[in-house]
Amino acid sequence: MKYELQPTLPPPANTIGAIGWARKHLFNGPLNSIATVLLAWLAFTILAPVVQWVLIDANWTGTARESCTDGGACWVFIGQRIDQFLYGFYPDSETWRLDLAFFLLLGLILWLAIPKLPAKGIAALITLVIYPVIAFFLLTGGSFGLEAVDTHQWGGLSLTLVLAVVGMVASLPIGVLLALGRQSDMPIVKSLSVVYIEIWRGVPLITVLFMASVMLPLFFPEGMTFDKLLRALIGITMFQSAYMAEVVRGGLQAIPKGQYEAADALGLGYWQKMILIILPQALKMMIPGIVNTFIALFKDTSLVLIIGLFDLLAIVQAATNDPKWIGYATEGYVFVAFVFWIFCFSMSRYSQHLEKRLHTGHGNRA
Amino acid sequence: MMLKKTLLASATLSLTMATFAAQAAGTLDAVKERGYVQCGVTSGVPGFSVPDQDGNWVGLDVDVCRAVAAASLGDASKVKFTPLNAKERFTALASGEIDVLSRVTTWTLTRDTQLGINFAGVNYYDGQGFMVKKDLGLKSVKELDGATICVQSGTTTELNMADYFRTHGLEHTPVVFDTNEQAATAFDTGRCDAFTTDLSQAYGLRTRMNDPSSVVALPEVISKEPLGPVVRQGDDQWFNIVKWSLSAMLNAEELGVTSANADEMKASSENPSIKRLLGGEQGLAEGMGISDDWAYQIVKQVGNYGESFARNVGKDSPQDIDRGLNNLWNNGGIMYAPPIR
Repeated sequence: MKYELQPTLPPPANTIGAIGWARKHLFNGPLNSIATVLLAWLAFTILAPVVQWVLIDANWTGTARESCTDGGACWVFIGQRIDQFLYGFYPDSETWRLDLAFFLLLGLILWLAIPKLPAKGIAALITLVIYPVIAFFLLTGGSFGLEAVDTHQWGGLSLTLVLAVVGMVASLPIGVLLALGRQSDMPIVKSLSVVYIEIWRGVPLITVLFMASVMLPLFFPEGMTFDKLLRALIGITMFQSAYMAEVVRGGLQAIPKGQYEAADALGLGYWQKMILIILPQALKMMIPGIVNTFIALFKDTSLVLIIGLFDLLAIVQAATNDPKWIGYATEGYVFVAFVFWIFCFSMSRYSQHLEKRLHTGHGNRA
Repeated sequence: MMLKKTLLASATLSLTMATFAAQAAGTLDAVKERGYVQCGVTSGVPGFSVPDQDGNWVGLDVDVCRAVAAASLGDASKVKFTPLNAKERFTALASGEIDVLSRVTTWTLTRDTQLGINFAGVNYYDGQGFMVKKDLGLKSVKELDGATICVQSGTTTELNMADYFRTHGLEHTPVVFDTNEQAATAFDTGRCDAFTTDLSQAYGLRTRMNDPSSVVALPEVISKEPLGPVVRQGDDQWFNIVKWSLSAMLNAEELGVTSANADEMKASSENPSIKRLLGGEQGLAEGMGISDDWAYQIVKQVGNYGESFARNVGKDSPQDIDRGLNNLWNNGGIMYAPPIR
């Protein structure tokens, strides 16, 4: 008697491939089957008209509202206005300066974000110290042979980015200092930090902006006007740094006490202890919190529309009030939502990637 | 309690504003030194002030600012527009952030007397009106007895309508919506017999209805909303410049001077009124401290009131608003400017 191993049969056709997957995940029981069918039907009834409106029936080319005849979305409106949505009222001949500033920033961020590129320290230094100066001169002009562009001509997506980037870059260091101040043993520093944080966290951003634009000018002597954008920037930064401080404090408190004691035992001073031991560990853990705050800040920038600054949302709203384009507000808002989503989603994805890569070692991950 | 707080707040505000008003003199000098007029506008009301495709501000209110710039600086393009919301508009004027406020602002007693500001005239007589479908064949609001009427909730519009119908002993069923747009859409889809709001807005909303030509406004206007440019109190020279810039536009229309024929009229017209308007008489503008050809510059660069109206809200615009009350006094309206002499 000979025992021979039969060749292995392939698994039954209905357990592999797409069908197998569907059987296992979507139809593995009567309840799940019903749920699958119901949800598929729901998704179809909701998505089909949306796709129809956004893509199939939409008009893409043309120059006036007469081109929009198919009954779907009128993307012609966005196309005709796209320069204004991106650059605001910035003079046409000068928009390259906004492009340059944007791509410089993008380049620097990529340099910082791609792990393989060398000299991160220099990149960080350029981004935080040199770049703001370059961007300031590029955007405002008035020197180096560049035409001066008043801030009331700024607008659209570029203004939104200015507000968000300045808010983020300025609020992080202030937030770290405030958080350290709140943890401090020195009573005056501690109470000042606590008062600052609690006051700014206790008022809504819209109130801060409103105070900055409506009440503040009343306290200045007449004729002395303070740039409206600057007022908004200061308001946003002060507000945001209070939130940032609380995020950083969370990170500081999560560091085991042993780390503090070990640093003390090594004879490190306060700043050495913080900069060399505590903050590097704490900042890693705070990434989700910080990015969360950044995303919130990015979306909050649209509140400046109530003080008459034309950020992306405000400029689209103004465009929908153009008598030539009345009635295309939906397209405008969909466009704004899409742009905001792209920025916020990329920030969120990058932070997830960063968390994985830095692998903080304090997480619950096995 | 709420009322008390509001009163206190507005008292503080008017007090602060009054202090500012006292130092307001010299706006013209400041404007000349700066090289442009600062003008407060809305952040987008169709036909009144809205940025166009190329980012230029256009509209009836915008034209007033351009006229002031043409009169005081000789160049209608020398204006810096500051978009303001309804709440910050008077503060911006009082603090000197703007020189003229031209932002669909209704002239009322409280505003004129308590906020340290002056209304320099009326550039648009607005008022609440009713829109109905043409095929109903209605001729008057009085025929709307028992009608359902779409209206925005929580506004004076709703109250005005209730008052009007009560005074005239008529029945009506208001159907309220959160925004004017929703009310207009509901009317368009047949939810109501009529739709009411301020007429300047009603015409704008009409353009987005399915068949704008099938919708008409009834002749009755049930509330008074005179809209006009505003300046700080305490600088009579600047007040005069704004007031007369508006008057020059009206006088130009009355005399038939347009941006197209201004040069020809200036060169050859024998009509003494036209001559005076276009700078033919020396020293006429001395009291305002501006150049004698101020009105010529306004008409040449901005146009007369009729042109501005037609271009922004009237027959050459999508809104196609009827001149109605805003017609000249000798043409059935109430637009009447004092003579330039």
